Amino acid sequence: MAKSGNDVWVFVEQREGRPVDVSLELLSKGRKLAESMNGVLKSVVMGEGATSIARETFLYGADESFVVEHPSLKTFRTLPYSRVMTSLVEQHTPRVVLFGATVIGRDLAPRVASHTRSGLTADCTDLRISDVSYLGKEYKSLLLQIRPAFGGNIIATIIAPDSPTQMATVREGVMEMLPLDQPHAGRVIEVPYQPNDIDELVHIVEQHRVENKVNLKGAPIIVAGGYGLGTKENFQLVHELAHTLGGEVAGSRAAVDAGFIPHERQVGQTGVTVRPKLYFAVGISGAIQHRAGMQEAKKIIAINTDPDAPIFDISHYGIVGDAMEIIPKFIEAYKSKLK
Amino acid sequence: MHNSIVLVKQVPDTSNISGQVMKEDGTVNRAKLPAIFNFEDKVALEFALRIKDKFGGKVTAVTMGPPRASDVLRECLYMGADEAYLITDRKFAGADTLATSYVLSEAIKKIGHYDFVFAGRQAIDGDTAQVGPQTAEKLGIPQITYAEEILEVKERTVRVKRKIDGGNEVLESTLPVLVTVLKDAAELRPFAAKRVMTYKGAKSLLELEKLVEGNSLLYIDKLVYEYTNRSLFIPTLTADDLHIDVGRCGIKGSPTKVYAVESVVLAGSPPIRIENSRSGMNMLIDALMEDRILG
Repeated sequence: MAKSGNDVWVFVEQREGRPVDVSLELLSKGRKLAESMNGVLKSVVMGEGATSIARETFLYGADESFVVEHPSLKTFRTLPYSRVMTSLVEQHTPRVVLFGATVIGRDLAPRVASHTRSGLTADCTDLRISDVSYLGKEYKSLLLQIRPAFGGNIIATIIAPDSPTQMATVREGVMEMLPLDQPHAGRVIEVPYQPNDIDELVHIVEQHRVENKVNLKGAPIIVAGGYGLGTKENFQLVHELAHTLGGEVAGSRAAVDAGFIPHERQVGQTGVTVRPKLYFAVGISGAIQHRAGMQEAKKIIAINTDPDAPIFDISHYGIVGDAMEIIPKFIEAYKSKLK
Repeated sequence: MHNSIVLVKQVPDTSNISGQVMKEDGTVNRAKLPAIFNFEDKVALEFALRIKDKFGGKVTAVTMGPPRASDVLRECLYMGADEAYLITDRKFAGADTLATSYVLSEAIKKIGHYDFVFAGRQAIDGDTAQVGPQTAEKLGIPQITYAEEILEVKERTVRVKRKIDGGNEVLESTLPVLVTVLKDAAELRPFAAKRVMTYKGAKSLLELEKLVEGNSLLYIDKLVYEYTNRSLFIPTLTADDLHIDVGRCGIKGSPTKVYAVESVVLAGSPPIRIENSRSGMNMLIDALMEDRILG
């Protein structure tokens, strides 16, 4: 087995010939991780038109790209993708492999980790490289996989000290996308696809995609509501405020679970990570999973009946009281300012 | 006839964490959390029961966990499962998803013939969604994750509608297959009153051993025999029963380790308090306009 020193790999997910944002974000992060352990960053791209996507990954810091170009891999299917990825990992034993925590990444990564018996941590909110002393042993350049755990009451740092390959998934928007300033000459490594009967055990009958109209990630103003609003009717106020300010509506996981708002608009560790200019947190207590998705907003305004709600600790402005009274007052005051 | 195995998990109710649950060092005292049935796993059981209703066959619930996890198995029996297995052993404690999927896959192989393995997409205590795919990989069978609906079941194939990023797709898989389901995928049937009356007395080996303790008139073998005859025995499988590699179980078999935990301490200065009044709102809006946050 050839060991590829301190390789950092990023599985690059493509949809209809385009790499998805989270993969480019992970390349940007992977670049830093590779640099901090003198390693090489490699992208893995499969599908039709994979070669041109591979070239795009060089703009985000990949030094090399494994390209598996084949019409059978045009659309993601678990069995061929995991088989190809597994055999690449087995052949090269990269030190780190990163996947986007998308439906595809969360389907593929565990299957590959299972076969290669690698440690895998889901939904990391931060990744770092560090020397670690653990149970009396010294480890060089381990991947620290940081994520909230246990309902957000703790932040856990997970390591996989004895795993030759350390794997992690990260949600879209968590890492910043940073194209290189200077063009970077990367190398394409072509990997042949060998068809296998196993790959055909599952086939796609049909597929429907709706253009995602929700763009929380790019919105400068976000008004988010939580479970504290109590009912879907009360949640309407959040929509009104967002409408007044020209912002997007979002919600906490609890609000999504309660059916106040669809999952596409969930902000937090298992939703979207946002960095708007202005973030209203209305009736959101501020569990760590939620904060993980919004704490980098430039200004945060919290409205909550509980003066001790943790959301106030990361807010710039705090209003204690009933949102049902406060929001109409705010809207009225804002409208009269504009006159 | 299609047999299903359903993987279920008892989880700490992480949505109900109160002050006394946190230990002084900032870690969570699991024992103090109420234990509940992971909801998506109940939906998985509902999927299996619907297939049984339509095509016949047997539904077997399986859980790996501490002895008190028998509680969720009894609930499976109330809903309609034919049989329920408790996979328990101190050697399994502290398992990450890799070690868990190893034990579950060995248990499934031991339990025997199946066309479907169902599981919830993920459990609320870790939200990883990894155990399903990792179990499928170890069984060497295909997987369909994020299932929303079973569209068609045939002799050797199934059609499943599943969620994908920004839409959905329909997959056709050969059987056997492992399917993980989303929480909204099916309305749950209520517990059948008659089944509750019957199965509330169902007991695992460990629970029967407790009955025997300090009662010289009871013999464990006899009890197991009686409970089995009345279909009230919850079979227990340990590491020995499964003849598995203990090096791949529990903490030992888990490549991921918790290196550090911090309780969440919030840094940062306290917010500027805005009065809940019209003048308070005016002040806030002025400040935001000054910073060019609002226009």
